[in-house]
Amino acid sequence: MSVYIQNFMKFRPLLNELVSRDVKIKYRRSVLGVLWTLLNPLMMMIILSVVFSNLFKFDIENFPLYLLSGQIIFNFYNDATSNAMSAVIGNAALIKKVYVPKYLFVISRVFSSFINLLASFTALMLVMIATRAELHWTVLLSVIPLALLVALSLGIGLALAALTVKFRDIMHLYSVFVTALMYLTPVIYPMSILPGWLYKIVMLNPLTNILTMFRSVMFDNTVFGLGELGLAAIETVIFLAAGLYIFYKNQDEFILNI
Amino acid sequence: MENAVIIKVEHVSMKFNLATEKFDSFKEYVIRSIKKQISYNEFWALKDVSFEVRKGDSLGLIGLNGSGKSTMLKTIAGVLKPTKGSVTVYGTVAPLIELGAGFDFDLTARENIYLNGAILGYTREMMQEHYEDIVDFSELREFMDVPVKNFSSGMVSRLAFAIATIGTPDILIVDEVLSVGDFRFQEKCHERIRRMMDQGTTILFVSHSIDQVKSICNKIVWLERGRMKRFGDAEPVCKEYSES
Repeated sequence: MSVYIQNFMKFRPLLNELVSRDVKIKYRRSVLGVLWTLLNPLMMMIILSVVFSNLFKFDIENFPLYLLSGQIIFNFYNDATSNAMSAVIGNAALIKKVYVPKYLFVISRVFSSFINLLASFTALMLVMIATRAELHWTVLLSVIPLALLVALSLGIGLALAALTVKFRDIMHLYSVFVTALMYLTPVIYPMSILPGWLYKIVMLNPLTNILTMFRSVMFDNTVFGLGELGLAAIETVIFLAAGLYIFYKNQDEFILNI
Repeated sequence: MENAVIIKVEHVSMKFNLATEKFDSFKEYVIRSIKKQISYNEFWALKDVSFEVRKGDSLGLIGLNGSGKSTMLKTIAGVLKPTKGSVTVYGTVAPLIELGAGFDFDLTARENIYLNGAILGYTREMMQEHYEDIVDFSELREFMDVPVKNFSSGMVSRLAFAIATIGTPDILIVDEVLSVGDFRFQEKCHERIRRMMDQGTTILFVSHSIDQVKSICNKIVWLERGRMKRFGDAEPVCKEYSES
C-alpha cells in the first residue's frame, strides 16, 4: 500500500499539469480566456431561466433554480464520466512509451470537470442573488453532496475507461445511456409527478439522491437526513470500489489493446 | 570491487496474443466466446531472457527488426509487464520519449517543458531550476512561447532530448532517437550522454548502427527472435554481430 502512495506522491505534479492543461487548452485563443469557465454556464443559465420561467410551469417554487441545480449536477456527471471514458485511449501514445500511473489520466479528467462544476456553482450563486432567492447557511453543507458526486463519477469513470479500451462500443452506447439517465434523474420535473413504479426506478438512480440532497441544502434551508446521507455514501463507496477494482484488474492489458 | 547491480532481468518472457480476427465490439466478442471461436496466435516477443546491468555500465541492445529490443526496453521502463519472469530496477528511470510522445502539441514549448517534466516525475520547482539549461541546450530560446504544433520535427526532438536528460537519473533509456536532428546536434547529444555516463548514469541504448553502439556501450545484449543470443563485453559481441 505504501508503495502506491509513494508512487502517487511522485506523480502528483503530473496531476496538476494535466488538469491545468485541460483548462488552458479549452479556452486558448479566446479573448476572455479562463473567464469563459464562469461566463459560459452563467449565460446558459440566464437563457434557461428566461425560457423556463415563462414556458413550463410545474408546481415548484422558483422553477429556474430547480432546473439549474439539476443541470449543474447532471452536466458534471455527464462531463466527468464521458471525458474519463476516453482518458486512457486518448493518452495511448504516452502510455505506450513511458511508465505513468494510468489512473492519473482518469483522475485528471474528473478534476478538470470539477473545476467547471465550481464555476457553474458560482454562476448558480450569482443567479440566486440576482433572483433574490434566500441564501441560507445550509448552503455550506452543499460540499457533502458535491464530494459524493465527484467520488461517484470517479468510480464510474474508472470502470468506463478500463472497459472502453477493450470494447470501443461502450463509447457509443454510453452516450445513449446518459440521455436515458437524464430522464431518470429529476432534472426538469419534480418527483411528485411520477407514477409509483417510475418513482421507484428514479429513486434507484444514485444521482437522484445526491441531487435531492443538494437542492435541500441550497434552496430549502433543510439539512438532509442521515438516512439519505448514509445511502448516498454507501452507493458512492460501492461504485468507487468497483471502479478501482475493474481498473486495477485491467490496467496491465491496456497497452496490448490501445 | 564490482559495482552494485542496478537492473536485474530474470527469465523474462513476453507473450502477445495476436487475435487472428480483430474484434473491437462487445457483440462480436460475446458471440465468438459462446461459439468458442476466439483463436489467438501466440507470439513470444521475448523468451527467457536474463541479464544483469551494474551501475555505471552502458548496455547496448542489438538485433534485427522484430527481435524484441523495444519490448525489452519497455519491460525495463515499466510500460509492459512481463508474462513470465521479473524485472527489478533499483533507481530512477528516465526514458527518452520517442519524438514528442509526451508533448501536447497545442501547448507552447514552455508549457510542454513542465508537462513533460511532470510525466518523468519531476516537480515544477525542479523544472524551474533546469529551465535555463533546457532552453540553452535545445537552442530554442526565441520559440519558447510558440505552440509546439508549429515546430519542425528536429526542433521537437531537440526539446524532447533536452528535457529527458536533465539532472542525473540512475538509468537513461535511449531508443533510436539519436538518428534525428542534424549532425551537429547529434554530436551534442552524444557528448551529453557521455557526460551523464561519467556522472554514474547507466545507459540503455538501442540502435541499428553498430558503430554508435560500439562508441557508447561497454556491454551488449544481442537478441534474436526474442531469445538472447549473446551477452557480454562490447568488443567481441559486436565483432561477431557484424560478421553474422
